[in-house]
Amino acid sequence: MIAETGLAALYLAAALALLQLAVTAIPALADKAVATARPIALAQGLLTCISFLCLVLVFIRTDLSVTLVAANSHSAKPFIYRFAGAWGNHEGSMLLWVTVLALSGALLALLSRRMPERMLSAALGAQAALALGFYAFLLIASNPFARLNPAPAEGQGLNPLLQDPGLAFHPPTLYLGYVGLSVAFSLAVGALITRDVGPVLARAMRPWVLGSWIFLTLGIVAGSYWAYYELGWGGWWFWDPVENASLMPWLAATALLHSVSVLAVRGGLRTWTMMLAVVAFSMSMVGTFLVRSGILTSVHAFAVDPTRGTFILALLLLYVGGALALFVWRAPAVGEGARFALVSREGALVINNLLLSVILAVVFLGTLYPLMVEAATGEKLSVGPPYFNAVAGPLGLLLVLLLVVGPLLRWRRHDAPITRKVVPAVLVGLATLVATVILAPDISLMTRVGLAAGMALIPASLMPLFGRSLRRTPLATWGMVLAHLGVAISVLGMASDAAFTRERLAAARPGERLEVGPWLIDFVSVTPVAGPNWTALEARLRASQGGGTKELHPQARVFTSPLTETSEVAIATTWNGQLYTVLGRQTGDRWQLRLWWKPFVTFIWFGGVLVALGGLIALAGRGWTNRRNRRRLQEAEL
Amino acid sequence: MKGRLLLAVPLLLLAAFAGVALWRLSSPPDTVIRSRLEGQTLPQFSLPAALPDRPTVTSAEFADGQPKLLNVFASWCVPCIAEAPVLLELKRRGVRIEAIAIRDRPEDIAAFLDRHGDPFLGIGSDLDSKVQMTLGSSGVPESFVVDGRGTIRYQHVGPIMPQDMATVLAEMEKAK
Amino acid sequence: MSLKPKHQRLVLALSALVALIGAVLLAMWGLRDRAAYFVTPTDIASGTVEEGDALRLGGMVQQGSLKQLPDGVTLRFIVTDGKEQVETRFRGIPPSLFKEGSGVVAEGRLRGRTFEADNILAKHDERYMPPQLGNSVAEHAAGQTVEK
Repeated sequence: MIAETGLAALYLAAALALLQLAVTAIPALADKAVATARPIALAQGLLTCISFLCLVLVFIRTDLSVTLVAANSHSAKPFIYRFAGAWGNHEGSMLLWVTVLALSGALLALLSRRMPERMLSAALGAQAALALGFYAFLLIASNPFARLNPAPAEGQGLNPLLQDPGLAFHPPTLYLGYVGLSVAFSLAVGALITRDVGPVLARAMRPWVLGSWIFLTLGIVAGSYWAYYELGWGGWWFWDPVENASLMPWLAATALLHSVSVLAVRGGLRTWTMMLAVVAFSMSMVGTFLVRSGILTSVHAFAVDPTRGTFILALLLLYVGGALALFVWRAPAVGEGARFALVSREGALVINNLLLSVILAVVFLGTLYPLMVEAATGEKLSVGPPYFNAVAGPLGLLLVLLLVVGPLLRWRRHDAPITRKVVPAVLVGLATLVATVILAPDISLMTRVGLAAGMALIPASLMPLFGRSLRRTPLATWGMVLAHLGVAISVLGMASDAAFTRERLAAARPGERLEVGPWLIDFVSVTPVAGPNWTALEARLRASQGGGTKELHPQARVFTSPLTETSEVAIATTWNGQLYTVLGRQTGDRWQLRLWWKPFVTFIWFGGVLVALGGLIALAGRGWTNRRNRRRLQEAEL
Repeated sequence: MKGRLLLAVPLLLLAAFAGVALWRLSSPPDTVIRSRLEGQTLPQFSLPAALPDRPTVTSAEFADGQPKLLNVFASWCVPCIAEAPVLLELKRRGVRIEAIAIRDRPEDIAAFLDRHGDPFLGIGSDLDSKVQMTLGSSGVPESFVVDGRGTIRYQHVGPIMPQDMATVLAEMEKAK
Repeated sequence: MSLKPKHQRLVLALSALVALIGAVLLAMWGLRDRAAYFVTPTDIASGTVEEGDALRLGGMVQQGSLKQLPDGVTLRFIVTDGKEQVETRFRGIPPSLFKEGSGVVAEGRLRGRTFEADNILAKHDERYMPPQLGNSVAEHAAGQTVEK
């Protein structure tokens, strides 16, 4: 019954999307369009929520007559993972996708009071068009509510590897990001159709871009940390196609965020902003396609299905092609932006966007290269970290260096000498450089520059706060400062991890002592332990670096049903880094132990969280400022 | 004019991407290795019994006039656990199933059958995958529909899931 | 120096194009020596493979060839595709599904006659058989069957 309700709600939502499109597209209905479209969009959002709720319910109750539940769940699964299992599969996550899409449309309809009606109507129409394609995909090719007859006695989804909080909860965060960008896309399409690209549009678009970008940042940071502690390889980013699929929209969204600010504040970069708005959501769709079509092999990928892949490709071509064609047609008519000099904040932001776009392009090319080569020559090859680190690394560093100077430039034209404000950053950078040459002569050039640039960015990101009243500084500026500071800290973490990580791989007997970096590790014992559905061999390690000791218990674990072996990493965190330990196999009377000392590696994710927090402060700040201004306006009118 | 051309570049890139994607979708990588033996006679083999109290499996038993399902599995194989209830259901519907256990130990096989059910008539032990390789099977689990004359009619790579049951039953019917 | 609006738009558009072309050139440079080719033991035996290049070697771990070296952390095994064999060494903790008789893809490079693996790729189930290998194993096996 519940499954059928969910399916019915989905069909209804699709019908409403069609109606929404019709109402906003038919010229004869133009003046009633927004008034009618608003409630329709709200209803659509509500219906998809109901549908998703139904799916969650059948999972929680382990209704094995639903094929999806039978294939992906199990009655013995803990509640939290039965719940999260609803989206831990292709169909369920696609339903989540569509739910977020519809909810974004509803929010757009609800919250946009100050946009010109024609623009809002066109945007709602575009959003409905997007939704229609994905409803069709769900209902035709990926029905989450299909029934299974006869219902099996038990489900098949008890894989312990998938029962992990990080794995369960980081996809929704990412979807809120990816799919939230659809609103920026729809607004851009709406603006291009109504030929109304300007600061008003930018001010309407900005909070959506900011919100989506915050979620994407958090999702990527969470995914990175999850892979780090779960895979047991000591790495935090693997340039896996699925990881790249989340990075590419983020790069586009970051560029869009900066571009839309220029458009909002200065009226410049109109064409560019429209293009980026289209590209950002396009990259979300490309990412969805890459992950679900099976054309790229990855440890993460969902079940392979070429027919579904073709469907998504068709949607992609329709939407992205359509938007790009619209862009070609209408962009020349977009008004001209305000002029600015090369040396100005606009200029720096243009260079920022160019750099981000180049990084996006090289990541895209690298991800697709194996496919292109195989199509052309039949040769099979793989492209991995050596390529991506070599091209993206230096570009990233260039961005950091740009960040040192950029926020300090004036709008339109920067005539005043910049030197005084930049001096602290340059001094810190040079000092770091010299320090690393003396204390760490063997590290690579890129890590050395990374350390110097990261350190230089710390004073540089705080510089915009100097010389002004801190109380009167808008929250948006605080947000920017915090976000840029987060970048500095993250870069420092990455450089430190690359330069100073120490590793020790050994086969040791209990009672022996190992050294890694400044740590002395006593390998105390290996004992069998057991959990609710697993047994393991657990090593007891006692680590000390001068002061107190820390105990670590890495495990080689075997889950009983289904039979799976995993390695449970043990991590000890201190203020200056992490000790990362892995237990391997037994060889004779010795045990394989792999130990890493990773100085300041936590800065990578901590910095990322600061970046997202900065964004949140900026978003909240603007919202608060807007409300306060509106109140003041109302008071003035009385 | 030059402006318009520049604006069209992203469209060209999209077209190029679509071309590559379509190529790959239409010629998927051969991650599913099909047996070259579909339509050919089951290769001759004779294996020792996997369990002391159960009959073994030989190729001769597949030419007794009625189709049988040959299931290649192992106790250490995770997807085999997922497949077990489906095999039980197939047996309940009258499908006769013979099994070959790959690189397995009697005690583990016995424990597996105890825990997940035993739909098999006979179980042969293939300790070094030799017979598995002659069947053109590249992994576990895999199942073969063999008709009454000993010809391989259909190969199912991977576990037989509930949604595949209909196909397998249809192939068994066709093999009659 | 400020440009006229018309010129400014042109400069911006051109800079975008230059950036795109630059990205493609950068990617080509990066890919030249850093893409890893997929090879089988037969490819290595035929001498067409360069020493030192990043490679992915695919095949089966030959029965009886897996040995742990005395240091306790280095594994030595032979990767075969039914026709040729390659001696391989791996220093580290192998994934749990890595056993004799199973499919394997090792990332690393060739040094002399030995393949030095930095990484052994794990798959989530035993159905993984590297692409070019699968068919050759079946063909090889079918050949044996005919002789019987």
